[in-house]
Amino acid sequence: MIKKFQSFFKNIFSKIFRKKKHIKLGLYGPPNAGKTTLANKISQDWLGENVGTVSKIPHETREIQVKEKIEIKGKGGKAITFNLVDTPGIATRIDYEDFLKFKLTKAEAKKRAKEATKGVIEAIKWLDSMDCVVVVLDSTLNPYSQVNLTIIGNLAAREIPVIVIGNKIDLKKAKIKSIENAFPQYKVLGVSAEKGINIEEFYESLFEVIR
Amino acid sequence: MLTLQFVPYSEIKKLDSDAKVTKLLNLVKEDKIVLVEGRLKATEETELIQKTMEGINKSFKGIELCTIYPHVKNEKTYEKLTRTMAALLTGVKSGLTVIGPATVIKEIKRDPNKIQLLTTNGLNRRRTLRLKGKR
Repeated sequence: MIKKFQSFFKNIFSKIFRKKKHIKLGLYGPPNAGKTTLANKISQDWLGENVGTVSKIPHETREIQVKEKIEIKGKGGKAITFNLVDTPGIATRIDYEDFLKFKLTKAEAKKRAKEATKGVIEAIKWLDSMDCVVVVLDSTLNPYSQVNLTIIGNLAAREIPVIVIGNKIDLKKAKIKSIENAFPQYKVLGVSAEKGINIEEFYESLFEVIR
Repeated sequence: MLTLQFVPYSEIKKLDSDAKVTKLLNLVKEDKIVLVEGRLKATEETELIQKTMEGINKSFKGIELCTIYPHVKNEKTYEKLTRTMAALLTGVKSGLTVIGPATVIKEIKRDPNKIQLLTTNGLNRRRTLRLKGKR
């Protein structure tokens, strides 16, 4: 009986501490929204190294990339540590011919398309294991795409805390207001991961969501 | 020729998520634009995307997907409660889900009040569905 009690409490405590120690912060969004650019910015700021390569060609990130134990520090000496998970962009269509426009060879385009489909599947599979998700959207595009709604709907269904980022606010076409209108139930923050605009506000918002 | 197929809610309500997604995807693979009465659950949408990715090949390039549902303005609390209870009991049959093959639908443009299907069937015909709705 005593052993059962010990095992019960051991399980509870191990679950609590495992959760606290290994918070997974996922970056999700459609292709080319700037997830890896943001991941690189975070990782550069706190670890001094990149997470992955970025490109104008969609589906540059085709595998899950994890940067472990990133500790960020905020105002008043507060700090949080998390594993940063950069995911492939989620899409509903992948056609190798779209990559040919970027001067890839047919073989390269086909390979990229095949890897990209696997990447989308992996990204979806990882959703369940996230403790917090930053949804990265391109603020120059219409936010009412089904992929955006599906990602955010899934996070809501799984009760995973969410921050919505409207990236690329340095560009003239950026309309952060349209993202705010599309997702009024979430905190929406306009940033430029490339230029480092509003990144400090982004870090502060992480403290509000990750507890 | 462009084929639209309507799938009433009664046809899919008893199916589990896997069977529902498989059924809809098989219709889409027949180059049909499928209009489903009601909405898929969020988890079913991701399942649909996963299965779509698994099925991509030379002829099947993926799907275009769009869900809209009636926008209820100035809804009173008891009306919202009644609607939510009805949805819980009978399933989410309000709204409309449009799923089409990427080879037929070039793009679905949407704002809160309308959706536009841009098709690629040689003549680049544009079909516009104007529906009062949200998302």
